[in-house]
Amino acid sequence: MKQRRATAATRKAGKTESALLAELRGIGKSYDGGVTALRDISFPVRRGEFLSLLGASGCGKTTLLRILAGLLPPDTGTIRWQDGARPRETGFVFQEPALMPWASVAANIRLPLRLLGIDDRTATLRTREALAQSGLEKFGDAFPHELSGGMKMRASLARALIVKPRLLLMDEPFAALDEIARFKFNDELLALWREANCTVLFVTHSVFEAAYLSTRTLVLSPRPGTVAEEIRFLPAAGGVNAQFRTSATYASRVRKLSEALERAQ
Amino acid sequence: MKPRSFAPALVLFAVLMAAWEIAVRAFGIAPQVLPAPSLIVQTLAADAALLFGSLVVTLKITFVALAIAIGAGVALAVLFSSSRFAERALFPLAVVLQVTPVIAIAPLLLVYLEPANAVIACAALVAFFPILSNTALGLASADRQLRDLFALYDAGWLKTLVYLRLPASLPYFLGGLRIAGGLALIGAVVGEIAAGSAGAGSGLAWRIMEAGHRVNIPRMYAALVLIALAGVAIFALFSWLQRAALRRWHASAAEIA
Repeated sequence: MKQRRATAATRKAGKTESALLAELRGIGKSYDGGVTALRDISFPVRRGEFLSLLGASGCGKTTLLRILAGLLPPDTGTIRWQDGARPRETGFVFQEPALMPWASVAANIRLPLRLLGIDDRTATLRTREALAQSGLEKFGDAFPHELSGGMKMRASLARALIVKPRLLLMDEPFAALDEIARFKFNDELLALWREANCTVLFVTHSVFEAAYLSTRTLVLSPRPGTVAEEIRFLPAAGGVNAQFRTSATYASRVRKLSEALERAQ
Repeated sequence: MKPRSFAPALVLFAVLMAAWEIAVRAFGIAPQVLPAPSLIVQTLAADAALLFGSLVVTLKITFVALAIAIGAGVALAVLFSSSRFAERALFPLAVVLQVTPVIAIAPLLLVYLEPANAVIACAALVAFFPILSNTALGLASADRQLRDLFALYDAGWLKTLVYLRLPASLPYFLGGLRIAGGLALIGAVVGEIAAGSAGAGSGLAWRIMEAGHRVNIPRMYAALVLIALAGVAIFALFSWLQRAALRRWHASAAEIA
């Protein structure tokens, strides 16, 4: 009851950073074999936040993200979207690039617009923009198998961003990349997030990524997946950038998350 | 396949032909028993109008049957992919049709259908199954994450089929087509033989039977050579089609099925 009043208060606050986008209540999910994947998961998603879901492999992070996206119905619980439904402009970045091998890079990036029924002229324009933004302008006509792993992920990210997402769901998108590429993607993602002012839900098993990227982290415990702890970070004084990776603030964030992850096991 | 990899087969073929030719001449074997390769080639040339006319008839049957098999196979595979109930109900039936030898079904088909149509039905029946099973497998092979993406943007059944499932099934379909092409030819030959003189009586298989009755062994061989060459050509055609269509895909796509 107390919680509900607090929700109403934040709604009144309007489009501040703390305004609610969605609220999950008592989400539970079991697999066909009877294994409980998620149990009683409740948390709010606030507009404009960078929310990481941190947990070991097999703790149901991906399942939770798919439930949030509406791809999987939960067995119990509800998701209340503040605007009535999940934003139409939702981007999803998967663990693998998941590009269509039969389609050019441009056609792959354009796919969401085609599925949403966006008119051809707008779609062509935005595809060109997206190619340029992601540094793939020379590869629009190339096919996925001609791209390197990093470039494939770049195309996958461009495909998620082409809808100008208000909500961006990411499922360990950079896990398969080498560290140098991952750092670069992390910085680019932060820049995009600040610029687009969208809400990001970022599933990861890396405390480093969660410490670097998020404004708030939910630490999940495994089998069944539940929210063990919530950790908020204040904006870093000097901003988050390459220097931040070696700062004491970053180190303390990593320690905090590592300890929380340890406790959650 | 590189051209060089054909070399051993060609050399072996040449050696076998030479041995055959020499044996026939050395032992003075009568052409009614075993014609020499040179005589078979001569017969091919002499009976060219007759035999190539028959080849066209058999190929027509093969390709009409193949077109029917493709239409029915793909349509049924799409039905299976969208309805588990339809798959459970119909797939066993398709298996029964597949495992029953077509030569045993042919006489029945000849009872119910015009001989010309019965021959086509025979060929379509054997070509149909690899198309169905491969396409069904391919339609189900669409990447799960891509399926999620289509669901995320509320793409309906038709959009998902056209933009995701059908393209994803293409390598499997083409693999099935390569098998089905050869099977359609076999089905056409079986159908022609079953139809016998009741059929239009002008396909290559019919020529073999007719020449057999007349003890024209060289012509039997010549017709057989044409059927074998037609089979090789059909296989080569669909192998080429498979490679050409999948060239721009991931390299491994061409090796599926």
